[in-house]
Amino acid sequence: MAAKTIISRPIYGTLSPQPGKHHLFIADAEGALAIADMAAKAPSGFFEGAEIVFIPGPDGKYVAALEALKPAQFHTAPSFASLLPRLKQTLTNAHMGLRLYLAGTEGLIGQAMQVALEAGIDHTSMQTEHRGSLARRMQCVHCKGITENVTTQPATCSHCGLLLLVRDHYSRRLAAFQGVCINAEDRSEIPPMEEAFP
Amino acid sequence: MSTGTTKLDVVVSDVVPVNELVTRFHFRRRDGELLPTFSGGAHVVVEMRDGERTRLNPYSLMGSPLDTREYTISVRRDDVGRGGSLFMHNSVKPGLEMVISYPVNLFSLDLRAKKHLMLAGGIGITPFMAQTAQLAGEGGNFELHYTCRTASLGTYADVLRERYGRRVRLYHDDLEERIELDRLLSSQPLGTHLYVCGPAGMINWVRDRAAALGWPPETVHYEHFAAPQPGLPFDVTLAVSGKTIQVGEQQSLLEAIEAAGVDPPYLCRGGVCGQCETNVISCDGKFIHNDHWLSEEEHRSGRKIMPCVSRFEGNSLVLER
Amino acid sequence: MGITFRKETFRDDFTFRNSPEHIRRFPFPFHEDSYMYAVNIEPHVVGPKGSVLENLIDVDEHYVAEMQDRALVLAEDPLRCQSLPHMTLAGWDLLELLMEQQALGYPEHFTLERNGDRWRWINRPLGIDDTFTFGDTSTLPYGPMEYITRQSQGDFCILDQRDGNLWMDAGMVTTQADWSLDFDIGMNFFEWHAPVPLAHEKGIFVRALKFLINIQQGKPARRLNWTMTINPRLDTSPENYHKWGPDRTTVTPENVGDKVHLRVELQSFWRLPRSNGIVFPIRCYLIKMDELVTQPKWARRLHRVIRDLPEELATYKGLTRFRPTLVEWLSKLDDGSPTSSGFGPD
Repeated sequence: MAAKTIISRPIYGTLSPQPGKHHLFIADAEGALAIADMAAKAPSGFFEGAEIVFIPGPDGKYVAALEALKPAQFHTAPSFASLLPRLKQTLTNAHMGLRLYLAGTEGLIGQAMQVALEAGIDHTSMQTEHRGSLARRMQCVHCKGITENVTTQPATCSHCGLLLLVRDHYSRRLAAFQGVCINAEDRSEIPPMEEAFP
Repeated sequence: MSTGTTKLDVVVSDVVPVNELVTRFHFRRRDGELLPTFSGGAHVVVEMRDGERTRLNPYSLMGSPLDTREYTISVRRDDVGRGGSLFMHNSVKPGLEMVISYPVNLFSLDLRAKKHLMLAGGIGITPFMAQTAQLAGEGGNFELHYTCRTASLGTYADVLRERYGRRVRLYHDDLEERIELDRLLSSQPLGTHLYVCGPAGMINWVRDRAAALGWPPETVHYEHFAAPQPGLPFDVTLAVSGKTIQVGEQQSLLEAIEAAGVDPPYLCRGGVCGQCETNVISCDGKFIHNDHWLSEEEHRSGRKIMPCVSRFEGNSLVLER
Repeated sequence: MGITFRKETFRDDFTFRNSPEHIRRFPFPFHEDSYMYAVNIEPHVVGPKGSVLENLIDVDEHYVAEMQDRALVLAEDPLRCQSLPHMTLAGWDLLELLMEQQALGYPEHFTLERNGDRWRWINRPLGIDDTFTFGDTSTLPYGPMEYITRQSQGDFCILDQRDGNLWMDAGMVTTQADWSLDFDIGMNFFEWHAPVPLAHEKGIFVRALKFLINIQQGKPARRLNWTMTINPRLDTSPENYHKWGPDRTTVTPENVGDKVHLRVELQSFWRLPRSNGIVFPIRCYLIKMDELVTQPKWARRLHRVIRDLPEELATYKGLTRFRPTLVEWLSKLDDGSPTSSGFGPD
């Protein structure tokens, strides 16, 4: 992670059990480990009121570890897009007292938070823990297109092709970092592209 | 620069007894113009000139924010209080010229809420009178649960039932009716915001249950103006202005500072807004903190005090004023 | 006597100019020969006649041209004007504020007639005469915020106040100094200021927020901010940075006076009565160097400020490329003699 950062850059914590009637977990890949670590600190019976929605990584690991927590509901999905209808339905029918726990890659946390914000959950009340890749979702400020899984600095916009500086400035509403043309003043200046967000 | 409010010159246009404890006061501008628009939950500070003494008490505006020809407040008589409510009840008559502050809102609706759930106890109903009027005008989704001692002390219960029907639920202590709080809090749709105004005990009960049932603190709003409590007299040195003053038994520290001709900024005079926060230079004794502004850590540190509601007992106190 | 509105452009052929009277009323932002961030907030009260503070909402000779430029920006990119769903009430608050202030300050150009919630608004410079129902969005051609800010100079951010913070939840932003409303909407006070260097470390924003959340109705406040822009371009948005950024490479010793503009923002802060929000109008004033140096005190002072500006600030304000050329040009107008204190010309 960048040594010097700015205030709009999200800060992720460590999942901890919250008071509440229902607990909804959304995680991808190594995010499962954050849930497992939290489970060790949770009061007994905690997962009886819990639902876990999990997007396994390509290696398919951790499914068994989460099932072993015996949540009231357990669901796996191949991608965030595929779990979106289910998530929206769950939130539409939910009551106050539902607590949300997001764990895994930044892209997953950001997109799940975006849906939850629209459902009326305040971002400060969501538990988050970052695990796994540092790859970023980036919005091109010029064409507004979102580029997924950005790992380099600068990065090329997958929509308009401009070479973008990936800033730490982050929008929860868009679930994306801001990308701004790095050589707007003189297009002949082409800085080297480095692996920055592995 | 200091903040603080602009003053309004008003005349008492009507005084209406509501029940055995509560009287309503109506104010209009002396120049005949409209009063400033306000938002539901706002209060004004009323200046009471009682002989040598000036009292400044905050009261919630309870009229509709859509009607700014007059402001209305309701005052519950407190026979053992410091005398502000008794002055209002006994000495304020129609035609009296008074000064009030511009409206200030420290108990604002969160307009993002998908639903507003309001819990009132006793005279704590007043800010909800304005908030429900505002929300009803915009087609907002609200539900009000109102606890009072008896039907005859259910100030404005009849008005509210008539206006909003089943959106208002009443609970009477003498009939042993009690809000089923846990069930109520567990059945609210996601995106609901909770508002509570009433006695301290009720506010604490509701906040505790809401927290235990998983309501995030951002969704729980409460208004509790601490009235300044009487206490033992004490001496204070104001280091900046070079004065030593005594705070009387029935006087707040802020009032004593003002009586000495020093004017710290203020908005609420109830330990909420933080404006009159004052640094302690030195002290020998103990603080009696009654505010909701300073953190527990700040209370323990003995380096800050909110003079509007907090007191001191001991040998010496020096403030940066 | 009314204002004579100039016909001019802020793009393409850049015909924007200040008349001599407008040069003298320019809100020069430096009260001394150096600059650093400070919580420079003061009460927004009416100032001297003939200054930009003569009215609390200022309308000047650029009004009509600025409104035409705004319409062009919005036609290209409607995302410059956005309001989150809970901000409509605040939009009505803003509409009332701007109609009242403009009608009060410039009765020859604007008239507001109120009859209960039935309002008639006449805007003579733009040829508008609309009757509508206050509070009923269906009676206006746009939402209330967009309607009135298409008729008011400056950018407008509307801030929702909750949880001890301010949230930028609505705005009309077409003349911004390189920040994106579309990206920043929904952020809190600290988040949208995150990219500003140095000021966080100095605690500036913590103190400023504390002040702003206590702004009271009827007691607005203001501060000045500044940057520099090449060509009199209002729309220096990040969205179009790849289009206007190259301008910064075009400054030469010969064209400094014409190309380089001081850009001053008069920011004011007002409590909105119905919504309990705060509106933050950001009124932008431009002046080219040739115009500015007609006031010798300003020329001397600007030279010293730009020359001594900390590197981080120069970078943040985007001055790096042309600073040496500008300082060299200004140095010829600085004989080293002292400047009088205060903002105004001598």
